[in-house]
Amino acid sequence: MPKRTDIEHVMVIGSGPIVIGQACEFDYSGTQACRVLRAEGLRVTLVNSNPATIMTDPEFADATYIEPISVEFVEKVIARERPDALLATLGGQTALNTAVGLHEQGVLEKYNVELIGADIEAIQRGEDRQRFKDIVRSVGAEVPRSAVCRSMDEVRVAVKELGLPVVIRPSFTMGGLGSGMAHTPEQLERLAAVGLAESPVTEVLIEESVLGWKEFELELMRDRRDNVVVVCSIENIDPMGVHTGDSVTVAPAMTLTDREYQHMRDVGIAVLREVGVDTGGCNIQFAVHPETGRLVVIEMNPRVSRSSALASKATGFPIAKIAAKLAIGYTLDEITNDITGETPASFEPTLDYVVVKVPRFAFEKFPGADPTLTTTMKSVGEAMSIGRSFVEALGKALRSMETAQAGFWTGPDPGGESMRSVVDALRTPHDGRLYTVERALRLGAGVAEVSAASGIDPWFVDQVAALVELRAELIAAPVLDAPLLRRAKRAGLSDRQVAALRPELAGEDGVRTLRHRLGVRPVFKTVDTCAAEFAARTPYHYSAYETDPAAESEVATQRDRPKVLILGSGPNRIGQGIEFDYSCVHAAMALRAAGFETVMINCNPETVSTDYDTADRLYFEPLTFEDVLEVVHAERASGAGGPGVAGVIVQLGGQTPLGLARRLADAGVPVVGTPPEAIHLAEDRGAFGDVLTQAGLPAPRYGTATSFAGAKRIADEIGYPVLVRPSYVLGGRGMEIVYDEGSLASYIERATAVSPEHPVLVDRFLDDAVEIDVDALCDGTEVFLGGVMEHIEEAGIHSGDSSCALPPITLGRSDLEAIRRSTTGIAMGIGVRGLLNVQYALKDDVLYVLEANPRASRTVPFVSKATAVPLAKAAARIMLGATIADLRAEGLLPAQGDGADLPADAPVAVKEAVLPFHRFRTPEGHGLDSLLGPEMKSTGEVMGIDASFGKAFAKSQAAAYGSLPTTGAVFVSVANRDKRAMVFPVKRLADLGFQILATSGTAQVLRRNGIPCTVVRKHFEGDGNIVDLIRDGQVQMVINTPYGNHGPRLDGYEIRTAAVSRDIPCVTTIQGAAAAVHGIEALIHQDIGVEPLQALQAALRAGQPR
Amino acid sequence: MSGNEQSNTAALVLEDGRVFRGESFGATGRTLGEVVFCTGMTGYQETLTDPSYHRQIVVATAPQIGNTGWNDEDDESDRIWVAGYVVRDPARMPSNWRSRRSLPEALVSQGVVGIAGVDTRTLTRHIRERGAMRAGVFSGPALADEASMVDQVRSGPQMLGADLAGEVSTGATYRVPAVGERRFRVAALDLGIKSNTPRMLAQRGVETHVLPVSASLDDLLGVEPDGVFLSNGPGDPATTDHAVTLTRSVLERRIPLFGICFGNQVLGRALGRGTYKLRYGHRGINIPVIDTATGRVAITAQNHGFALEGEPGERFGTPFGVATVSHYCPNDGCVEGVRALEVPAFGVQYHPEAAAGPHDAAALFDEFLGLMENHDA
Ligand SMILES: Nc1ncnc2c1ncn2[C@@H]1O[C@H](COP(=O)(O)OP(=O)(O)O)[C@@H](O)[C@H]1O
Ligand SMILES: Nc1ncnc2c1ncn2[C@@H]1O[C@H](COP(=O)(O)OP(=O)(O)O)[C@@H](O)[C@H]1O
Ligand SMILES: [Mg+2]
Ligand SMILES: [Mg+2]
Repeated sequence: MPKRTDIEHVMVIGSGPIVIGQACEFDYSGTQACRVLRAEGLRVTLVNSNPATIMTDPEFADATYIEPISVEFVEKVIARERPDALLATLGGQTALNTAVGLHEQGVLEKYNVELIGADIEAIQRGEDRQRFKDIVRSVGAEVPRSAVCRSMDEVRVAVKELGLPVVIRPSFTMGGLGSGMAHTPEQLERLAAVGLAESPVTEVLIEESVLGWKEFELELMRDRRDNVVVVCSIENIDPMGVHTGDSVTVAPAMTLTDREYQHMRDVGIAVLREVGVDTGGCNIQFAVHPETGRLVVIEMNPRVSRSSALASKATGFPIAKIAAKLAIGYTLDEITNDITGETPASFEPTLDYVVVKVPRFAFEKFPGADPTLTTTMKSVGEAMSIGRSFVEALGKALRSMETAQAGFWTGPDPGGESMRSVVDALRTPHDGRLYTVERALRLGAGVAEVSAASGIDPWFVDQVAALVELRAELIAAPVLDAPLLRRAKRAGLSDRQVAALRPELAGEDGVRTLRHRLGVRPVFKTVDTCAAEFAARTPYHYSAYETDPAAESEVATQRDRPKVLILGSGPNRIGQGIEFDYSCVHAAMALRAAGFETVMINCNPETVSTDYDTADRLYFEPLTFEDVLEVVHAERASGAGGPGVAGVIVQLGGQTPLGLARRLADAGVPVVGTPPEAIHLAEDRGAFGDVLTQAGLPAPRYGTATSFAGAKRIADEIGYPVLVRPSYVLGGRGMEIVYDEGSLASYIERATAVSPEHPVLVDRFLDDAVEIDVDALCDGTEVFLGGVMEHIEEAGIHSGDSSCALPPITLGRSDLEAIRRSTTGIAMGIGVRGLLNVQYALKDDVLYVLEANPRASRTVPFVSKATAVPLAKAAARIMLGATIADLRAEGLLPAQGDGADLPADAPVAVKEAVLPFHRFRTPEGHGLDSLLGPEMKSTGEVMGIDASFGKAFAKSQAAAYGSLPTTGAVFVSVANRDKRAMVFPVKRLADLGFQILATSGTAQVLRRNGIPCTVVRKHFEGDGNIVDLIRDGQVQMVINTPYGNHGPRLDGYEIRTAAVSRDIPCVTTIQGAAAAVHGIEALIHQDIGVEPLQALQAALRAGQPR
Repeated sequence: MSGNEQSNTAALVLEDGRVFRGESFGATGRTLGEVVFCTGMTGYQETLTDPSYHRQIVVATAPQIGNTGWNDEDDESDRIWVAGYVVRDPARMPSNWRSRRSLPEALVSQGVVGIAGVDTRTLTRHIRERGAMRAGVFSGPALADEASMVDQVRSGPQMLGADLAGEVSTGATYRVPAVGERRFRVAALDLGIKSNTPRMLAQRGVETHVLPVSASLDDLLGVEPDGVFLSNGPGDPATTDHAVTLTRSVLERRIPLFGICFGNQVLGRALGRGTYKLRYGHRGINIPVIDTATGRVAITAQNHGFALEGEPGERFGTPFGVATVSHYCPNDGCVEGVRALEVPAFGVQYHPEAAAGPHDAAALFDEFLGLMENHDA
C-alpha cells in the first residue's frame, strides 16, 4: 500500500525535558520522524518544550512550538495549525499521555485530528495493565497473577490472595515511577501508598513476583498490511526485579534455544496484533523461568521506547524512521533498508556481533538516596558498545561509563572483603554488580554459586570467569608476547587493564607502544543489519580484535575531502547530557556543508549523533584515549594519499573529550580549536587566576588548603560564608557552602580525604549575588557574545539548576558592557578558538568571574534558539579556520551586532531546570530534600519563550512542573535574611486573591506590612501542621527559603519533600518567588498564546539592534 | 575466549586458495565439503541435524555458538549432517535447562570436524563475493602446508551435479501416526526430510508414511495417500530425475501434492521448469517472502543453494495446465514458490516447518490439508 493521500499535515509531539526514564532517545526518534515526514512532502508541526533537542531546531519542522506539552497548550497549537493527523508514538510516555488527554477532552474530535500510529483504543489496551493482561491471556499466553487496586484496603485483600513478595506498579507512569517490590507487610503499606499517589488515576497493580527470572525484551514493528517483524531481541543480564533501564542488557539474546525464542516471538506477535497497534514499533517484555522455561509477559509499550533506540543502534534498523513511514501508509516491503540500499525493510535484522548496554547512575549527587536497584528506574544515562564477542563488548561498555573504574582491575578492590561477603553482596542488585561478580570469582567462588546469589545466568557468569582465568594467565606469563596480547585484546581488555596486570610495562602508554610494535591493532567492522549477507552502503563501524590472520578491516578509502573527527559526549549524566550532543550534531551538519568529511565517535545509543546518517561516518566506540587513537589511525589510513585528517574536535562534547585534548595533541593528533595549553589556562585554578589578574578582572578571593587548620585560616581571612570544594574527587563534586567554622570542620571530615595531593579549594562565597552565564565565540581576533543569561536564583545555586532569562531582565547597559569587556579579556587571555562559557556573579556592582569553560556549554542550544544564531555551527567553522568576519559575511552569523545587543522588542526566553528528586527515596522510604545548591542535580531543562518575562516564566513552569496556581493558598516561610525581600511578592499574591499561610515568625512580618495571613503550625508542632495541609492538597504553592547553615532544618526539609511528592511548585529562593508572581499574573490575565520558533526567529533577524 | 594453545590449531582452506586459521573445535582431523554461511542467530542444533546441509561446511555468522548446549528434543534427524562447522566463539559452558551435553561433545561423539576462532565475518564477505565453493577444515594430524591442503580441497566433489538425496533418505518406509483422530494419510518422499514436518502434519491429524527416495509409484500409491509430500533435501535438483518422474505421475492422478525446498524444485521441474545454482544461496531464518496473491510478507527459514527459474507472479504453461510463480524473495527476486492452477499441487522454496526459524509460514500445512479436503469432496 502506498503513502496515504488524505494526510498533508502531521503534528508530532516530543517528550519534553530529559528526566530519568525518558531521555534523549526521544529526540533521536522525533528527529528521525520529522526528517522522514518532511522528505515525504508533508507539513510538520512539532511541539516540544525541550530546547536542547535537535528536533526543535527550526529546520526540522515547518512550525516548531517550544511550548509546554500539556493538553492546554497543545490545543492552542492545534487550533492555530489545524493538522490532519497527530503522531504521538515517538515522544515517549509524555506524548502518549498527552494524546490520551487530548482525546478525553474532545480536542482531537473538535478539530478533527486523526491519531496515527496507535489509536486511543490500542494505547489503552497496551497501557492499562489489567486490560493488557486479559489480552495476553486471550492469545493463550501467561502473565504473572495480579489484581488492580484503587485503595489500601483492596491492596491488603489482594496480597492475602497472592502472598508476599509482590510487585506494586502504578498505572500510567513511566520508568517504573512509584513502583517497587514489597517483601514485608511494612514495605507493602509504604510502597502501595506511594504507588497510589504516583498514579495519575490512583490505581496500582499488585502482582505476583517473578523475581529472579530471566528478563527479555522484543522490539517489533507492524504495518498496515499486518506484516510484523521482530527487529531485535534483548536479554537483561540482571534478572527480573531490576528495571530494564537499570539492567546491563545484551543484544541479541544469548541464552535461548530457537524453540524458546520462536515461542517468545509468536507470543509477541500475537499480543501486538491483539492490542492492535496498527502501525509502528512496540516493545514487549518477557520473563522466563530459568529452570522450567515458563514464559510470562510482563508489559508492552505501544510506542517507540528507550529500548527501540537501543535496538535501532544495535541493529542498524532505524525503527523511528520506519515507524513514521508506516504511520503515513507505507508497508514494510515498500521501504528500502538504507544500509544495504537494495533489500526491503520487511526482514529481521541478524547480528554477527554482540551489543552490550550499561546504565550510568548518579547516586553520588543525591546523598541519602537508596542505591539498591529495583523496579523503579534510577539511572540517568547509558552507554552501548559493540564487539565481536560478549566479553569484548562488555569491556568496551564498562570503559565507556566514565566512572572511577574503567573496566575490571582498573581501580583498587574495596578492602576487607572475603569470598563470603562478596557473594552475599551479590544478592542485592546494585550499580556495578558485574564488578562484584568478577571479585567473587577471583576470590574463588564458583560460577554456580555466583549465579545463584545474583540470579545472573551462568553463561554470563562463566564469561566473566573466563576473564578471571585470562587475568591469571596475563599475570603469570613470563613475557607478554603477540599471541597472548592479541587474545587479551580480543577479550575486550583495554591497554589500561593490561597495564594494571603488567606493571613492568610502565602503564597504558607502555602497553600501547608494545602493542603497536607487535602490530596488534583492531580491525573495523560494519553494522549492516544482515551479518554481511549483503554489501553495506552505510559506514557505521565498530572496532574488534581478531586472532585470525585473515581478518579484514572494512573502512572505505576516501581521498577527496579533508576529514574532521568529532568526539561526542558519552553516556548522559547529570551535568553532561543532550545539550552536548546537540553541539556535536550541529558541527557535523556545518562541516559537511563546508565540504569536510565528518566522522562521529560516540558511545551513547540514545543520541542523534549516533544515528548513522548524522555524520558521513560513524564509529560506535568508547571515548577513551586508546579507542579514539585507533579510530584516528583507521581514518588516517583510509584517507592516505588525500587531504587526510584535518582536525579532531574535542570542544563540543563536554568535559569528556576535552579531557583527552592534551594526550591527543601529544600523540600528534591535530586537535583543532582552543589548543590544550589554552584549555589548561582556563581549567587550572592558579593559571586562570593569572589570566584574570592580567585582564584586571576580579574573582572571589580563594585559597587552597590541605588540612582543616589551613582551611580555617583561609576562611577566617576571607570571611564566611565560604564555598568549599575538593580540587579533586571521584564521582560527585562535593561542593558546599559553609557558613561557620563548625560546618567547615565537619565538611573537611566528610567530603574527601584531604591530603597534599588532594587539597580543598576555599572560595569566598558571594551572598545575594546575581549569577550570569555567557556563551561566546572567539576566533583569536574578535569576540562574539552569543548570549547573556541572567539567573533567577542567586549565585550559589548551580547554573545548571537555576532558571535563567535571555535577554537579561534586570541588567543595565553598563553591566552588559562590563560583561562584554570581561568576556573579551578572558577569551583573548586564554586564547580561545571557538566556544567559551563564562559564569559571573554580580554583587554590589562588581562583576566577579566564577569560572570559564573553554568549550560548548549546556546553554548553547538554548541560546541558539533564543537568539536565532547557530553558535555550535559557527564554533565548528571557526575551529577549522573561518573567522567571525567570514561567518558574518556568509550569513551564518548576523551581519552586525550579537547576542548581547538584541532588538529591544526581542522575545524573552526563560530556561527552567527539571529535577529528579521525586524518583529517589531513602532506604527508609522517605523523600529526598529538594533543596538546591552549588552541586548540579537537574537532569534536563525546558524553555518558555514569549513577549514578556512573566509569560515566558509561566510557560517554563508549566513545561517543567505543571502550571503555576492562579487561586488557592500559598504557604510562606522564609529565613530571616529574606524576610524584607519577601514582603513585596507576597503582598502581590494576596492582592491577586491568594490565601496566605505562614509560620508565626514570617506571619508577624507580613501582618506588620498589612498582609492578611493565617498562621499554621510548624511540622513539629503536632497535627494539622503545614506538612499535613500540603499532603491533603490544601496548599497550591510553597515559598520556603532555607536558613543559611548547612543541613536544612527538618521542618523545611519535610515541607519541601511534601511539596515535591504533591507536585506543587516549591520556590526556595526569593528571586524565584518574584518570578513566580510575574508568571501567575500573566496566567491570571489569560492572554498567553503560542508562537512558532520560525516566526519568532524571523522577527529577531529582521529587528534592529538597540 | 577460545584458548589457542599452538597444539590445537586448525585451518579452513578454500578452493580459491584463501586460508583462515583458528583452533580445532569438535572432532579433529580433516573434512571436505562446500562452504556456506548461515545467518541464523538461534537454532544451531536444528541446523546441524538438517539433512539438507549434507556435504556442506557451515559457517555460523552469529559469533557466540553453543550457549544453550545440546538437548534431546531439538534434533531434526537422527544425526548431525553438516560436513564441518566453522564458528568464532564457542561457549565454554552451556546454559539452558534443557541442555544435556555441550555442543563440542555432540560434535566429537559424531566425529564432526570443526574450527573455532575464525574471523567468520571476513569469511562470509569472501563467500558473498566469490560464491559458495569447495573447502576443507584441517586440524591435528591432518594439518599440512597450504599448497597440499588446497590440492586436497580441489580434489573434493563439486556440489553442482551432486545427487545426494539417496545418501540422506531413509532406508525403509516408516509411519508417523496422527495426533488424535486421523483425518488424512500422506505419502512423504524423503529427500532429506526434517523431523518437524511429520510432526506438524501429525498435529493436524495427518498420518505420514515416509518413503525412501527410491520408492516406486506403486510403493507410493500402495499407501493410498490423500496427498503426497516432497521434502527438503541436499544436492543439485537437476539430478533427481526419478523423483521428478514420480511427481509427474502424481500430478496426472490429480493427487494433492505439496513440496518444500528441494521438493519445490522437484515440483518445478515436473512442471517443466529448470533450476540453477545461486552464487551463495539463501541460508538463514530472517528471509522475507512475498505471496504474490496477497502481497503479504512472511519471514521465513531458508536453506537453498539452488533455485527455480522464473519471475515473480509469472504464469506459465505446463503439461498439467497453467501454473504460476506464487512466491518470491524481495531481496533478490528469487522464486520462492510455484503453484499449479489446474491440478492440486503447490510448493515453496522455504521451510514452513521452520525448526530453526519463525513460524510465519506454518499455515501452508493447513493449505495442504485444504487441498486434500476439497479433493475428497
Ligand atoms: N511480577 C514481577 N516480578 C518481579 N519483577 C518484576 C515484575 N514485573 C516487573 N518487574 C520488574 O520491574 C521492571 C519494571 O516493570 P515494567 O512492567 O517494565 O514497568 P515500566 O513501565 O517501568 O517498564 C521490569 O523491568 C522488571 O525487571
Ligand atoms: N564564589 C562564589 N560565590 C557564590 N556562588 C558561587 C561561587 N562559586 C561558585 N558558585 C556557585 O556554584 C556553582 C557551581 O560552581 P562552578 O564553579 O560553576 O562549578 P561547575 O564547574 O560545576 O560549573 C555556580 O554556578 C555558582 O552558582
Ligand atoms: Mg518496562
Ligand atoms: Mg559552572
